[in-house]
Amino acid sequence: MDNLIEIRWHGRGGQGAKTASLLLADAAFNTGKYIQGFPEYGPERMGAPITAYNRISTTPITIHSNIYEPDYVVVVDDTLLESVNVTSGLKETGAIVINTTKSEEYLKRVLGDYKGSIYTIDARSISLEALGKYFPNTPMLAAIVKVAHIMEDDEFLKDMEGSFKHKFAKKPEVIDGNMKAIELALKQVKKI
Amino acid sequence: MGIRERLSGNEAAAIAMKQINPDVVAAFPITPSTEIPQYFSTFVANGTVDTEFVAVESEHSAMSACIGAEAAGVRAMTATSANGLSLMWEMIYIASSLRLPIVMSLVNRAVSGPLNIHCDHSDAMGVRDAGWIMLFSETNQEAYDNLLMAHRIAEHPDVKLPLMVCQDGFITSHSIENIELVEDEKVKEFVGTYKPEHYLLNRNEPIAIGPLDLQAYLFEHKAQQAEAMKRAKKVIAEVSKDFEKMTGRKYEFFESYRLDDAEIAIVCMNSTAGTTKFVVDNLRNQGIKAGLLKLRMFRPFPVEEIANALSHLKAVAVLDRAESLNAAGGALFEDITSAMYVNNVHVPMVNYVYGIGGRDTKSTDIESVYHDLEEIIKNGKIENPYRYLGLRNS
Repeated sequence: MDNLIEIRWHGRGGQGAKTASLLLADAAFNTGKYIQGFPEYGPERMGAPITAYNRISTTPITIHSNIYEPDYVVVVDDTLLESVNVTSGLKETGAIVINTTKSEEYLKRVLGDYKGSIYTIDARSISLEALGKYFPNTPMLAAIVKVAHIMEDDEFLKDMEGSFKHKFAKKPEVIDGNMKAIELALKQVKKI
Repeated sequence: MGIRERLSGNEAAAIAMKQINPDVVAAFPITPSTEIPQYFSTFVANGTVDTEFVAVESEHSAMSACIGAEAAGVRAMTATSANGLSLMWEMIYIASSLRLPIVMSLVNRAVSGPLNIHCDHSDAMGVRDAGWIMLFSETNQEAYDNLLMAHRIAEHPDVKLPLMVCQDGFITSHSIENIELVEDEKVKEFVGTYKPEHYLLNRNEPIAIGPLDLQAYLFEHKAQQAEAMKRAKKVIAEVSKDFEKMTGRKYEFFESYRLDDAEIAIVCMNSTAGTTKFVVDNLRNQGIKAGLLKLRMFRPFPVEEIANALSHLKAVAVLDRAESLNAAGGALFEDITSAMYVNNVHVPMVNYVYGIGGRDTKSTDIESVYHDLEEIIKNGKIENPYRYLGLRNS
């Protein structure tokens, strides 16, 4: 892992992008890193475009501004691709990870002159298969951990199991589904 | 050794309050400080603290309840932001003039209007002359640490003044970051128990608090308040030293970051100081002698110390996250230029009003200020000392 990784999340209110950024911060924290996880708060309503950020570093982080030149971008909802400039400032050495089933041609067209790597994952079908409901944030969290090499799969799975046991202490029935969503996502995220 | 954790600034403030376990907390929710009483009320409900939590109907009542509790002889805390502080205004002055060491978490937010929930320091600047000790915090860690030190300072017999700990709304209050917590028992021991000298519920000494105070006495009482504020400096220094002994974390009136051999410097408060450190490091790698003075103790204001720390510089920029609307410059700029003048230190100085209503302050913004300072040295001219940073079309 590089000394400092900067990640920007694009999602819609209610899809859990903020929660995913906080879970990512948690996971990286548990591997001994310095972390920041923060959303950009705007008018908070379901369906509105939202942005969240992560900084993960091996040394203390002092900067307190939004992220303008991210190493990675995560797009939780592909309907944002045509309305939000998701690749703005994205480093071409990094990657964009998109929750989509759209074609390679379409993605390359809407991402315009972006020349970096593109990864896709069908978080909807994974979520429906594993949880029976559409919660894209857990698969997207797993996808970015994999793509950005934040930690090894085994380490991540172990860590998330601990987090879910804590987070869902009052509804343990959803732990297995979330773990399954992570396992599927780690396998299915692919580069195009 | 401390406990390695990751918390938002609001969580950090609530945990500090839990460890302090005050007798009374009275608060009314307002963004972005809402989470502090929210988390704290769960500690109350779970029995983790034995605090009397007063869920009041307004901030005016929150401060009034804190005043009542402290006057009765117990510890009281609250948290608020922006318009919540505005609604407390009347009671803010009464708290300090009654010499009640209430401790407040102020999560800085723009005072309306138009309505804005994001960070600037207009709320804090509005009460800068209200007689409260004001400590500013760059990070969740500093917001936590300042709160742990707060009661020792505020309740000290030489001080007896209320104290507010400021941190930036959303930027630190809602950002999850690493933090090192102090163990519960150590906090308990450090904060100690509150033994007020005079208080209403002491039946052996019946007293009145806050009666009429006309021409014959108010002036003397204000002078006593002012003296207490002066004495607070020494107490803040002592308590900070003790805190350093316990945690290894050093706190002074201000932090001098790569300032000793700097030629140009920025003075600012709260989270922007962190972004400035990042920029200073980059500029130093390019051979530019940039430095930072991050003010922690805004009230009392460390006049001589600041003048001394800035005296060797060739140019200084003061960043104000509040527009004073006075056709002259921001509050921090006025305080610092005044400190320099009365200490007969002359350094070219400029003021930037920035970050109003949560406008993001980028590292490139901060970098541009240092480049402006280099220009000032080169040209020997400051055309306009009262400027904006990050304003569109400027």
